[in-house]
This record gives sequence, structure tokens and C-alpha cells, in this order.
Amino acid sequence: MRIGVDVGGTNTDAVVMEGTKVLGWVKTPTTPDVTSGIVAALKGVLEQTKVSREEIDAIMIGTTHFTNAVVERRRLMETAAVRLGLPATECLPPMVDWPPDLREAIGDHKYLVHGGHEFDGREIAPLDEKEIRQVAQDIKKKGIKAIAVSAVFSPVNPSFEERAAEIVREEVPDAAITLSHEIGRISLLERENAAILNACLGELAKAIVASFREGLKEMGIEAPFYLSQNDGTLMNAEYAEKYPVLTFASGPTNSMRGAAFLSGVKEAVVVDLGGTTSDVGMLVSGFPREASLAVEIGGVRTNFRMPDVLSFGLGGGSIISTDPLRIGPQSVGYELTTKALVFGGSVLTATDVAVAGGLADIGDPGAVKGLDKGLARDVLDEIQSMVDMAVDRMKISAEPIPVILVGGGTILVSRPVQGASEMVKPEHFPVANAIGAAIAQVGGETDRVYSLEKISREEALAEAKEEARNKAKGAGAEEETIKIVDVEEIPLTYLPSNAVRMRVKAVGDLTIT
Amino acid sequence: MRLLYPENVEDIALGAAVLGTGGGGDPYIGKLMGIQAIHEYGPVSLLSLDEIEDDDLIVSSAMMGAPTVMVEKLPKGDEIIRAFEALENYLGRKIKATMSAEAGGLNSVTPLTVAARLRLPMVDCDGMGRAFPELQMVTATLYGISATPFAMGDDKGNGVILNTVDNRWTETFSRSIAIDMGCTALIACYSTTGRELKEWAVPNTISLAEEIGQTIREARATKSGVVEAVRGVVGGFQIFKGKIVDVERRTVAGFARGEATFEGIDEYTSHTLELNFQNENLVAILDGEIVVSVPDLITVLEAETGEPITTEGLRYGFRVVVLGIPCDPKWRTPEGLALVGPRYFGYEIDYTPVEERYGRQSKES
Repeated sequence: MRIGVDVGGTNTDAVVMEGTKVLGWVKTPTTPDVTSGIVAALKGVLEQTKVSREEIDAIMIGTTHFTNAVVERRRLMETAAVRLGLPATECLPPMVDWPPDLREAIGDHKYLVHGGHEFDGREIAPLDEKEIRQVAQDIKKKGIKAIAVSAVFSPVNPSFEERAAEIVREEVPDAAITLSHEIGRISLLERENAAILNACLGELAKAIVASFREGLKEMGIEAPFYLSQNDGTLMNAEYAEKYPVLTFASGPTNSMRGAAFLSGVKEAVVVDLGGTTSDVGMLVSGFPREASLAVEIGGVRTNFRMPDVLSFGLGGGSIISTDPLRIGPQSVGYELTTKALVFGGSVLTATDVAVAGGLADIGDPGAVKGLDKGLARDVLDEIQSMVDMAVDRMKISAEPIPVILVGGGTILVSRPVQGASEMVKPEHFPVANAIGAAIAQVGGETDRVYSLEKISREEALAEAKEEARNKAKGAGAEEETIKIVDVEEIPLTYLPSNAVRMRVKAVGDLTIT
Repeated sequence: MRLLYPENVEDIALGAAVLGTGGGGDPYIGKLMGIQAIHEYGPVSLLSLDEIEDDDLIVSSAMMGAPTVMVEKLPKGDEIIRAFEALENYLGRKIKATMSAEAGGLNSVTPLTVAARLRLPMVDCDGMGRAFPELQMVTATLYGISATPFAMGDDKGNGVILNTVDNRWTETFSRSIAIDMGCTALIACYSTTGRELKEWAVPNTISLAEEIGQTIREARATKSGVVEAVRGVVGGFQIFKGKIVDVERRTVAGFARGEATFEGIDEYTSHTLELNFQNENLVAILDGEIVVSVPDLITVLEAETGEPITTEGLRYGFRVVVLGIPCDPKWRTPEGLALVGPRYFGYEIDYTPVEERYGRQSKES
């Protein structure tokens, strides 16, 4: 038995699954401390399905904690960025392209030291242990506990990052150190940015993981828990403490994977209508289409494998202002069940209008009886056109394509979306994201440049595949189930030397013991 | 004369990607370097060609190497300064201004670093009016201007000065040296006088890039037709609107060659466009017939956002508009076509200017 949990801005959802069967689900309000909301959802769903705590094999949690922390610049640690690259890279120091307020929020501590590699594995400069030790001592003096280490071409040769980390750890034993090659891909600034974001989230990650652990323990659940990553795979608690940044954008990925699973449709546009925002994405062969450009998080460019998602401020909790007519982006969020008119509150929300328009029967319909019929119609028309437009932007051709509606806010859409070949509202649609979390696999990815002067293309590809498999295994995949799901080969251009960049991804089923 | 501030650099870099015709390298790093240099040393003055004295010495500055490496091993910052100093020593003359060898892509903004640091003005022109894959493919070559003495520098402090019998040899040697330098190098080349430059340069291309960038930015903000606005600024023609259905890539002698196939949408439904590229887009083939070819510019824009898509960024499923843009008239001479025409890239066709085929349709629409 698996339990999938999705923590959104408005609701925390939990679902119990046995194999591919959904046994039951609940939706509860997200709480400011997050964990108590998760506990409430778990309690609710166990009660509903009569599943005992012992029957649970694993709990998969998708959470927006870490994205929110960066966006809101809250609970971030002072972080030192150490880059091995001198004499190269000096003109663009770490965090050079960050929004100043975020850079200030983590202290703007940056150090450039000698080292790094060329594309073909030669050293740019030898590693200078003394120099790194001095940097480490300075970091210690400043009392900084979060450190991101990056080195030029570390995805090709990680040894300098690893050695630098050893030295730093000798000087600052209690520091949490993030190595860039473990997170990002080739492209120094974006990978380094991801590593720094990861480092500054270290304390929060520990606190969140501890509070999950605590919450589950209080409930008497001994099953291991996992966090959803942005590529639709899982990581265990220890890994999540170390790599919180990998949870970024996992929410939309989960709902799209869940939508594909529930509907059986593999090529479609998925519209996930939440409480505060809605996400629209394209499913290609059952997986979210990946963003092709660098993805910004809180104003910082990163180069993760992120889903290509269009988000806009429409949800069940969207606040409606009437003069002039405006829907969102402000939302009552998790306070929907106290602030909306149908729940006895005093704020006009999208949900109230849906009830007034007869699209849903929630709360007390009497509370919206007096609502102007013309206004209700205008609001619902506007909502429909917002969704139509978003779907049209994400579609890959003018040809009609299935549109899958999921999420708690689907009550807002009653008419067929323009350009849809069919409208699919699968069973259990309100909790597609939690289901996406529950069905997730574990994976491993490698991204390296190979110089084809020493080895053949086939050997390089075999090596890359082996590395991806090993990483998947390390993440907890059952060895027999590991499959290579993606191979991307990019020749290095403009130069006659034969070098190629290989990106390989492997996934497998989670080992459940 | 006017001053370039960071916000101008943003626009130039965005517009340069349109002029890059799919190649030229991502301007992001060059843009950051330019902005950083302006923050530290103050704004850069941009001079129009007619503000240059006839006897002034002007030198082009550029980055050379593999774009994939450039985003990983960032420059030290003073490579180009040392290359300029080495060149001044060698020539025994002061350099009065710098310029971009290539207004398309990364090298549109590369000269800002040396301009800011050495307080040299940058001239509003370039040697291509677009991007091309090889170093000798500049209008300077057509006017007998030598790429050499050619100075290149790396992050370690190495400097090399080349003297070659022609610009193609400069290309050959400099590329081997660039590999040894770690696949990236900063170069100073095409020393020229103001008098010569007024003859050979493609004028006002930095301003053009800026205007394109500004147009994209403003059209996005007002949610008006980005692609149509860009087409208006560049004086180009819409060749196709479609969805990418196939992309094939291979490496030939260090160049990324390949083909992309587009399936038509809207008024192009049931038509197919094939795009052949070698770093930059070379020819566009509509239903089996070549309709636009080098040296005219072929640019692929994302249909909604107007984001220029590079040949490396072509992916299945993108909805795009393909534009054909007339090249500088210097490229349309027999000498120009011999250097960068379709036959140089292996297409046995005669070059037809894009406006001859599309001019009339465009006026009707």
C-alpha cells in the first residue's frame, strides 16, 4: 500500500493506492506549519479507507515548501559560494545575475579559487589546497554553515569539487556542503545557481524532513517516506535533506503524471486547477514536456530538468473584484473554507460564483442566492477564456487534442475548452497530484562531455548509460526494473575536435522492503 | 554618439539572437560580461560610422570556440585587453575604437567588455549583418582587409599573434589554437582604418539588434503580435508557420549540421518546410524547393513569444514562424556569394534574393 500526499498552496491531499488501484482520498486545508496539515490528511485517508498503519509500504510527499521559501526569501541560510575556476571565470563571479534582494538574503559571500577542468579533462589550474583552506577558515570565521562548491566542468571531472569539500569539511566540520555536479548540468552559472539555492535551503530541508518524520512517528507510521522531484521521480528522506532544490516544480509534474495515469491518455494538454493558481502543461508519451529554456526560480536561472508549465492566477480561492471585473491573482488560499461566502465568510471567490452559477454544490448555496446573475455569467465567461487561452498557448499544433482537467478547481470549467478533441475529467480528478506522487518511480541522470579521441562514441554512450543506471540504483531503484528512458547526444560545435555531450536518464521502480 | 547602459545591452543581446539566424552562440554570457563591465567602468559610447575619423585604427573583438564550452568555462575577463595591447604593440599604433565582427548572437555584445575597460568607443556596425560559422566570412574579406595580424588570448595569460597569407588560413590556425586554449579564446582582428571601414562594414547593425530586442520586449508587454512586429523591424518575410516534427543532427568536421522538418499550420496546412543548418540556418526548402538560402537570413521564432530559436534549441513540438530576411547587399556580389553563397555550403543552386520571391506576397498581405 502506498500513500501519496500533495501539499499545495490551498489544500493538502492524500490518497491511498494499492498497486494501481485508488482505495480512497481526502483533501484538507494546508496549514501554515504544513506538517500538521499532512498529518490531518493522513489521518483522514486512513480512517476513510480503513487501512491500518502497518499495511503502509511507503509515503510519497510532493511539497512546495522549498520553492516558496526561495520565492518569498524566507528561512534561507547565509551561504558561501566557492568556485574553482581561476584564472578562468573571474569576470562573472557567483550570483552575478541574481536579484539583489535574494543575494543579500543569503549574505552575498563568494570566493573564487584556482582549479577546474577543460572540456577534455585537462586542468585549468592545479587545485591549491592552501588557498581552499584559507577560504574555509574565512567561512568558519564568519560562522557560515551552508557552502556550495562549484568547479568548471565538474560534470566531466568531479574530483576538484570533491577534494575541495574534504578540505572545507576539515575546517568547518558541521557545514552542509552542496557540490554542483551532483545537481546541475553543464553550464556553470546555472549549475552553480542551483547548488547555491540548494545550500541555502539546507536548514529548512532538515527542519521539514524532521517534522515529517516526527508527524509520521506520532501517528505510529513506520513506513519510509519519499519526496517528489521535478522530473517525476522520488528521493528518500536522507537525500531530500541534502538536495531540497530537486523538489522545485514537482507539483505540476505530479499532477500531469497523475492525469496521464488516471485517464490512460498519453498525449494531451493537462489543466490542473488549484486553489490559488492553475498549471497547464503538455503530456508527451505520458510525461510532461520539458522546458527547453533555462528556468527561473525566484528570479534565478537554473538548468534543471523542469516541466514546461504555464501557470496563471486562477483557482477555486481566487478573489473576485467587481468594479472593474478582476479574477485573482489574489486568493484566499487555504482559508477558502472560512472566508468564501458559501462557507459563511465575506469574500467573493471563484468558488462562490461557480456555486451561484449552478456548476457546483458546495457549502451553503443560500449564501450566494443574492449574487447578480449577470455578474456570475461574466465571471464564468472570463474564467473559461483564461483556460482556453492557456491551453491554446501550450498546444503544439492547431489540431484538436484531448484536454484533461484535474485538481480541486475543476468545478470552474463547465464548457468544452476551445480546440479540445475531447474533455477528460478522470475519476479521482481532484487528487491527480497526490496520485502522481504515489505512482512515481526513482531515477538517475548523467550529463557529461566525452572527448571522442580516446574512446569511441559507443563506449562513451555505454559509460553514460552505466552511470545513469548506477545513480538510479543509488536512489533506491530495483535493479531489474531500471530502464534508460532518455538519451540526448549533443555534438560540441564550431570546433573540429571530436567531443560530444551525453545526457542519459534511467528510471526504475522503487525498492519496497 | 550615444551611451550604452545595461538596459541597452539587454535589448541588443535579445535582438542579436534574431540576427544570429539560429547560430552565433547564446548571447547570455556576453551580455552579462558587458553589463558587468559597464557596472564597473561606466557606459560605453556607441559611434555611428560617420563619426569615425578616416585615419582611426579600428579592431574587431570576438569570442571564438564552442558555445557549449563558453557557458561552462567563462572567460577571465582580461583576455581581450591583453590581445588589444599585444596588437597595439605589434602595429605600433593606438587602437581608437572596437567593433563587433558578427552582429548575430554572442559576438554582438563581446566588444562591450574591451570597450568599457579600455574606455574605447564601439562602432555601430559589424562585418556580417548576421552570424556565419567561419572567421573569414566577413565583408572585410571582400574588400581585401586582412584578418591578421590576429591576436588571441586565453584565461591563463597566453597570447598568440598570427600572420597568414589569407583569411581562410587565419580561420584554420586560430581554430586549432582555440582548441588548445580549451575551446574558448578571445580574439582581436581585422585591423582597419576608418576610411576602409566605411566601405566594408555593414552599418547600424548594433542599433538594429537593439531595436529588434526593444520591439520584442515591448510587444510581449502589450501582448501584441511579437512575430509581426519583428518582421516589420527587420524588413523580412514570413516564409512559413508550422510545428517542428523532426530534427536530425550530426557533426561534420566540428560543425553541427542537420535538418529540421516543419509541418504547416494555419494558412500553411498541408505544406512542409525543411531547414538545413550548419551552426546557422543555411537553406529553407518549401515542399521540395529551396525558397531562401544563405546569405539571406533565415530565422526561426517561437510563434507566441517571438523567442528566437537556435539550431541547438530546435525541438519536436515547437510552434514557430520562419522568417526570411534580406542580407546586406555586399553579400550579393559575385565575390560575396563565392564566400558565403549556397554553393560554398554545398548547394548547387543559384542564389535568389528573398524579396524577389516573397516581395509581392508580402505587399498583398
